[in-house]
Amino acid sequence: MWNLTLDKVFASAQAALDGLIFDGARIMVGGFGFAGLPEDLIDALAKTNAQRLTIIICDAGGNGAVLEKLFENRQVSKLVTSYIGSDDIISARFLCGEFEVEFVPQGTLAEAIRCGGAGIPAFYTKTGVHTVVASGKEHKLFAGIEYIMEPAIKADIALIHAETADNEGNLTYKKTSRNFNPIMATAATHTIVEVEKLVATGEIDPDNVHTPGIYVDRIIQSIIPKHIEHLKVRNF
Amino acid sequence: MAWTRDQLAARAAKELRDGFYVNLGIGIPTLVANHIPEGVKVTLQSENGMLGMGPYPFEDEIDPDLINAGKQTISELPHSSYFSSSDSFAMIRGGHINLSILGAMEVSQNGDLANWMVPGKMVKGMGGAMDLVAGVRRCVVVMDHCSKDGRSKVLKKCELPLTGVRVVDLIITDLGVFEVDKVGNAPLRLIELADGISVEEIAAKTQADFVVDLK
Repeated sequence: MWNLTLDKVFASAQAALDGLIFDGARIMVGGFGFAGLPEDLIDALAKTNAQRLTIIICDAGGNGAVLEKLFENRQVSKLVTSYIGSDDIISARFLCGEFEVEFVPQGTLAEAIRCGGAGIPAFYTKTGVHTVVASGKEHKLFAGIEYIMEPAIKADIALIHAETADNEGNLTYKKTSRNFNPIMATAATHTIVEVEKLVATGEIDPDNVHTPGIYVDRIIQSIIPKHIEHLKVRNF
Repeated sequence: MAWTRDQLAARAAKELRDGFYVNLGIGIPTLVANHIPEGVKVTLQSENGMLGMGPYPFEDEIDPDLINAGKQTISELPHSSYFSSSDSFAMIRGGHINLSILGAMEVSQNGDLANWMVPGKMVKGMGGAMDLVAGVRRCVVVMDHCSKDGRSKVLKKCELPLTGVRVVDLIITDLGVFEVDKVGNAPLRLIELADGISVEEIAAKTQADFVVDLK
């Protein structure tokens, strides 16, 4: 009989962050808009006293997003992101110079994180050639086409939202809530996951595991209800 | 009369070809989905990780986990698939998407595009636009010909920070349609006029060099 008691499941978001968060930490946050955004874990992060955080996230906020709390608390010194356009509070505080923003093209961000998790230190891309993104970066021609070298991105902690986890940390994501979650799960020293459903090991078909449990350190049950940024419906 | 938003989208939809995989940007480009020509099957890609994007959902289909790149609720289709952001941009960067239709703040006559920030005023971020223009096989810009303060957005050289250099193939504005020589240094070719718009009006409102080659 296998006896694997890895104790990956924690009682609360606060408990899951305990001992891992520190001043100056680099923290990846999954999600695209509100889809797959780990709101319970962000909310718990905002209740810590951690300062000078670097937050790495595809897009920052959407008005009313839980992420705003980190900025209202002045816990963030640097934001690495592709987009802050839709959040008034975060945009306004950025324009006041309260924190630094490094804009990274969304596909470059995704690939840099994938590389970070895969042990690849850098990669070449056409994205951003002859733009501000390329300044200071190595340029190289391949078959006559110009590319820039982009460094991999890693973090101390990744905060992830998944639909389902088993006790081993095997994860599945739902629809467009997958986005940055599976790649960020691979690219941090410690990955903490909030899930909608905790199931017994064996209940997820091994063929359908999106993130293997090797990447997951801590798991909590998510309790904050999901949000919709722009509700659109059709009646025809 | 200048083209309306819907007329612009309808004109852009004429660039769709049967079997195309297409990425539509936020704003007017999103409306292109409402004008897909009869008999043309296109598969819409949403860079947040979906192929086969469906229309807005019925009330009983609304799902917070199913949104487009503009963060609007959408629906899925029988042929839809979901994937991570790195898979999504591998698809884009790898040249697998046939067509990108996107908005712009400025376009230059050699196909440079600016659409992500105005220094000191508006900083949104580039999102996936830099990856799309660098990786998608053909890029069509849909935009108003002039900014709200009346300045031409079709320029000899962009003034705003660039999204990409020599990336735009076709410019569709509310006044007409231009083909772009993004490889050489030829002027724009004005190939269509919006209904009731004259070449003289376009000349008065266009800073870029162009030749008239109406089809």
